[in-house]
Amino acid sequence: MPINPDIQGRTLAPTAPYLVGREKIREFSRAVFATNPINLDPAAAQAAGYADVVAPPTFPIVIQQLTLDQLLAEPDAGIDFSRVVHGDERFSYSRPIVAGDELTGALTVTSVKTLAGNSMVTAETVVTDAGGAHVVTAISTLVVRAED
Amino acid sequence: MTAPDLTGLAVGDTVAEAAFPLTRDSLVRYAGASGDFNPIHYRDDVATGVGLPGVLAHGMLTMGLAVQPVSDWLGDPGRIVDYQVRFTRPVVVDPQAGAEILVVAKVGKIDADAAQARIDLTVSFQDQTVLGKAQVVVSL
Repeated sequence: MPINPDIQGRTLAPTAPYLVGREKIREFSRAVFATNPINLDPAAAQAAGYADVVAPPTFPIVIQQLTLDQLLAEPDAGIDFSRVVHGDERFSYSRPIVAGDELTGALTVTSVKTLAGNSMVTAETVVTDAGGAHVVTAISTLVVRAED
Repeated sequence: MTAPDLTGLAVGDTVAEAAFPLTRDSLVRYAGASGDFNPIHYRDDVATGVGLPGVLAHGMLTMGLAVQPVSDWLGDPGRIVDYQVRFTRPVVVDPQAGAEILVVAKVGKIDADAAQARIDLTVSFQDQTVLGKAQVVVSL
């Protein structure tokens, strides 16, 4: 099934709130080779003016992944997961993510293009906190390779 | 820790450099931390079965580690306000030798009015760049 161009403009239901844990940030930090004490040590983070440890810049992928899974599961989207390649990624922040944040992601498909059988789907996930304020927008382009 | 001073920077300055030795263990660790359990990142049979040269590093792992030298240079990772990359070439991680990723971070642009600088990353593996348009906007 080819990708459905009508998904362009579609916004999915917001994800259930995700509580960002201190140990999750520390685990993610170690996995991306972060050595900055503000990512790892609550005392260092507090000395720098944060309530708790700060997440590394690419941490929002954890929330964004939940919304991309929603998109792949849309019955009429026609996105074959086994053919998906990550084309590009961007995170634009209003403020850093800190342990204790409760975050919700809402994905909108901003563009669907097909070129020589390959499709490019650009999806924007807006991440907001418990008060509804913007934290970060994660933008991905997924390349869906043509069938052989 | 004091942040770098914007007025002391010039376009083209190298602000940070680092080497990251990846192993298969790094990929498993990242899979667990991120929740990305695509088996092309830890199973040779699956990777070669879909036509890949071998087990690949997660693109998001490469993106995630490539910004760390900038985070250390800044002192405060919260000063990173925007970060983007294109995934241009896969990083094949040998089961024994691993893969070494090199990162060089240079000043690409200075916006004194916004008190921001754009740091451009060159991220390479086996002498070839693996990320394109890898740009970090930092607030100083």
